[in-house]
Amino acid sequence: MRVPLSWLREYVDLPATETGREVQAKLIAAGLEVESVEQLGAGLKGPLVVGKVLTIEELEGFKKPIRFCTVDVGTANGTGEPQEIVCGARNFAVGDKVVVVLPGAVLPGDFAISARKTYGKTSHGMICSGDELGMGDDGSGGIIVLPPEHEVGTDAIELLELVDEVLDIAVTPDRGYCLSMRGVARETATAYGLPLRDPALLDVPAPNSFGYPVRVSDPAGCDRFTARTVTGLRPDARSPIWLRRRLQKAGMRPISLAVDVTNYVMLELGQPLHAYDRSRVEGTIGVRRAEQGEKLTTLDGAKRVLDAEDLVITDDRGAIGLAGVMGGANTEIADTVVAAPASFADSGEAQGTTDVVIEAAHFDAVSVARTARRHKLSSEAAKRFERGVDPQAASAAAQRTVDLLVLLAGGTAEAGVTEVIAPSAPHTITMRADHPDRVAGVAYGRETVVRRLQEVGCDVYGQDSLTVTVPSWRPDLVEINDLAEEVIRLEGYENLPSTLPRPPAGRGLTERQRLHRRVGRALAGDGFVEAPNYPFVGEQVFDQLGLDKDDPNRRVVKLVNPLSDEEPALRTTLLPGLLATLRRNDGRGSHDLALFETGLVFHPRETSDGDEAALPARLPVDRRPTDEEIAAQNRALPDQPRHVAAVLAGAREQAGWWGKGRPADWADAVEAARSVAREAGVELIVQQGQYGPWHPGRCAELNVFIEYADGAAEDGTEGEIVAVGHAGELHPRVIKALGLPARSCAMELNLDVLAKAGEGTLQAPGISAFPVATQDVALVVDADVPAAVVEAFLRDGAGELLEDIRLFDVFTGEQVGAGKKSLAYALRFRAADRTLTVDEATAARDAAVARAAEVTGAVLRGA
Amino acid sequence: MSAPNKSYDPVEVEALKPEEIERMRDEALAAFAAAADLDQLQEAKTAHTGGTSPLALANREIGALPPQAKADAGKRVGMARGAVNKALAARQTELEAERDARVLVEEAVDVSLPHDRVPAGARHPLTTLSERIEDIFVAMGYAVAEGPEVESEWFNFDALNIGPDHPARGEQDTFFVDAASLGAPGDAQAGDDASGVVLRTHTSPVQIRSLIDREPPVYVICPGRVYRTDELDATHTPVFHQVELLAVDEGLTMADLKGTLDHMVQALFGGEGMKTRLRPNFFPFTEPSAEMDMVCYVCRGESVGNPDKPCRTCSSEGWIELGGCGMVNPKVLAACGVDPEKYSGFAFGFGIERMLMFRHHVEDMRDMVEGDVRFTRPFGMEI
Repeated sequence: MRVPLSWLREYVDLPATETGREVQAKLIAAGLEVESVEQLGAGLKGPLVVGKVLTIEELEGFKKPIRFCTVDVGTANGTGEPQEIVCGARNFAVGDKVVVVLPGAVLPGDFAISARKTYGKTSHGMICSGDELGMGDDGSGGIIVLPPEHEVGTDAIELLELVDEVLDIAVTPDRGYCLSMRGVARETATAYGLPLRDPALLDVPAPNSFGYPVRVSDPAGCDRFTARTVTGLRPDARSPIWLRRRLQKAGMRPISLAVDVTNYVMLELGQPLHAYDRSRVEGTIGVRRAEQGEKLTTLDGAKRVLDAEDLVITDDRGAIGLAGVMGGANTEIADTVVAAPASFADSGEAQGTTDVVIEAAHFDAVSVARTARRHKLSSEAAKRFERGVDPQAASAAAQRTVDLLVLLAGGTAEAGVTEVIAPSAPHTITMRADHPDRVAGVAYGRETVVRRLQEVGCDVYGQDSLTVTVPSWRPDLVEINDLAEEVIRLEGYENLPSTLPRPPAGRGLTERQRLHRRVGRALAGDGFVEAPNYPFVGEQVFDQLGLDKDDPNRRVVKLVNPLSDEEPALRTTLLPGLLATLRRNDGRGSHDLALFETGLVFHPRETSDGDEAALPARLPVDRRPTDEEIAAQNRALPDQPRHVAAVLAGAREQAGWWGKGRPADWADAVEAARSVAREAGVELIVQQGQYGPWHPGRCAELNVFIEYADGAAEDGTEGEIVAVGHAGELHPRVIKALGLPARSCAMELNLDVLAKAGEGTLQAPGISAFPVATQDVALVVDADVPAAVVEAFLRDGAGELLEDIRLFDVFTGEQVGAGKKSLAYALRFRAADRTLTVDEATAARDAAVARAAEVTGAVLRGA
Repeated sequence: MSAPNKSYDPVEVEALKPEEIERMRDEALAAFAAAADLDQLQEAKTAHTGGTSPLALANREIGALPPQAKADAGKRVGMARGAVNKALAARQTELEAERDARVLVEEAVDVSLPHDRVPAGARHPLTTLSERIEDIFVAMGYAVAEGPEVESEWFNFDALNIGPDHPARGEQDTFFVDAASLGAPGDAQAGDDASGVVLRTHTSPVQIRSLIDREPPVYVICPGRVYRTDELDATHTPVFHQVELLAVDEGLTMADLKGTLDHMVQALFGGEGMKTRLRPNFFPFTEPSAEMDMVCYVCRGESVGNPDKPCRTCSSEGWIELGGCGMVNPKVLAACGVDPEKYSGFAFGFGIERMLMFRHHVEDMRDMVEGDVRFTRPFGMEI
């Protein structure tokens, strides 16, 4: 809502020195979001006067038509001689009254005017357009032509009200009444403690039976309909300058007198109005729901197919308007002239409307909102009805419109006054007098509470318990907290004290939250840089990642309205985003990269064959949903596990004065996964794997062991092995498809599964102080036997005396034979209660080797 | 060792002759003096003080002497060994000093050499700033609450008093989830939001989940990612982070809200004079509602009306807009099964990106989004 300060002063006697910025501060404190104060005519300096065009000489030989004019500006130029001015515009003629700026003046934008040579003549000033004067939208950009009655030499700055301040207010949805001068004026009056001249306080004739016939068939959708008729409008009547200027400052475009007047009254009182050309309305005006499929062409020229929920205005032929949203083209007021709206003095062909029916009605907010949304049609009227219009102002608004049409267009108000009103009681709220005190934490006292509520427009009765009748223009005041807010804001939010509540003692972060932080720190400590990415993906990325056609990660949650049609789905893996960021960094010259991300991925829930997933029900809001209802809501949502992923490219260790660097490889990816698992207190079970994005020979399948929550199963198993992710070097095809650096590596883990595997409290290990006995063994196995398996069986065979085992060398070559490898292990033995003898340690080692040999075919090297 | 021999003449034991012992002593002293470094001294030490050194061997002979001669010889050998040990210690000290002065100097390195073998990693500042804010409230007794990012409309809108026809619902720039992709029959005719599932537009649904899951008093802080259909540019991103707070207890007031906000900005920005300002506003889920501003932490308001000291952080406004807040709307409490007659609550929320921008002078939203390591690395582990 744009509020010209000069207009606001009409309703509130603000101190003459009060600036727009000062008013802004007061209104902000009162809760109106005054976003800016526009300074109209800032820096504007005269002389700027009314002139009369005396002669026009067309100058030839230029690229565009140029006119050399003489203009009578009276004595404004000091000489009384005609002013010689060169002008490029053509929408004026000899004898027209125009606005002339003379040398020495400054126009908005610091545009100083002086006599200057142009097109072979000297131009002593300019004939002005609305744009040049900063007058706002006039739709043309042409020269201003004034009505003939304005005298030559009159100061145009004052005449055109060029200097003003305009408050731009972002009206929140609860304050529909502030979409009017009346509402903003009320807030201003309260903020300054000044009386309000309420423009809705008008003498309105009582309704009678000879007004224009109206039938409301849907009183729930339309609880009030006022119709008035004005006849004999002068077709050539134009909106006066003051009216046009106010509309322009408020951000509306002057169109024609009847339309301008309805817009003006809407801005003033907040009541949307509609003017019908009476000659084009047939019979009774009705209000009803549309028939499904009914058609209507609205004023914007759009042909619309109506819904059975749309509320329409009708005449005997059918729909003539979408109630509260937009009128129909079939009863549109005919513009009186075919002319540029910039001209204040057009007197074109007079074939326009002479008789109008004025509608001032009150429509249901929800109905209007739905219709506006359904037809994607926002209008000034709909904006107001959605947010709540004062139903009691309808008659006054109709009267004000009638008055202005009579005054400005010489019309005659017909005596007939139609008012169809569905009876309704004013809304009352019962509130304890100290409720605002209890909400604010401030002792305002009953007296203050009552006074503030009265300033808002409420009627208040009672002592400890107040019965508050809210004013008709505040449909947002429904509950006791709404009233509390009114009191608190008028008393000033800035005056609230600052106190601290005392929450019960807390328990800190959850295990899960601590894990998430630990994982981030561990990876960052290992040199990885965190890079959170958008979760939007396109399905082609799954092809690029080499996923099988039936890979579950191809099942995606999709958006109806994605930002990009290329990426309509939500990620099922973190890799697409993270790899894109890897590529972006590489492209920007950072080549040695280690990145990680933790975040949610999204999987549609599995449904059994043929079953369709249930969508979430629209639950009530007047009670807590039942546990079953909540569970059903959650079941309707996708599965959203948290993942962690890391990617590497370039050098893991840089070359430097210390020696050579080392490129990142598959083992770094696996180690990153191990590092994450360590934070979760979980040992990863690493196996050779094969999965789309990874190099088929360099892909680790990562698993964890999860104990059954309710003890061992019948067959004695205590838990299960669960897949938790993959790590390794990426497949060269994936690297090519995604444009990644060669040999890029990656790992991805399901953090939720990992967290589950790591539940439980660590038991402290027993530490023996007896000496250690160390034995080294080298085992030769087939090259495809995993080291992890050999180690597992060495452990198994070594028994309880084994304290630690470590693979310290892997060797292949002629000595061990083709297709073989040698694994060298250091075994450390120790007993809890004695010093081991050499024989004991050797026996344990031999048992370990024997077990590994038995299962993996390992042969002790050198044996 | 030889047995005592009372008739034995000590003069006849060659090794114990006074001149012999002097010779052994002098040879030892000469060897120590000749040792050029600690290694050579160690050799000389072994040769002249070890178990097989001449003096040690001579010492063994003393036992064989008659008592009178025993005392004389013992005294002579003892004095000689004392002198040798003293000379050894002195030379040891001398050579160590020389080593310290010369050898360690020769071993000197250029300690200014870089050692960026594995470049440092870092956590994203959005993560660490969010954690810092969480920690302030955890210290006060709040719990950190989380929830799904793909959320039902009931949690994201309805329960927050944003009904289907509420004007605010249309202003949220919501991403809607396609029903068919959830495995449900789509209904294109029913409009875009037909699935009833959206990307959460704020972390407020986590407040609802907290109120439903917990018994009051409830004190939670809800950090997380949220989504709006804004194109990425210098000041907007479709995916951003919020922190919201919810306190529901008996007797909570707007003054408590104000105090909690004041505490937060003091904890985050420190120092004297940090405080917040509330301005009336409207949100469906709070009533009364307010916009909250904090004093500019850089100029502390001193740049206002002071053109000589302009402040780029607050554009010399003195205040920085932080977010929205208010008293929990009783309708929201009722939808969560909390008795509004007994309990009241307050809530606030703000964007982490915005705070990161003004706290660390990030000029462009895209820097926080694109994952460029040059941006993130300097932020390290904490912020």
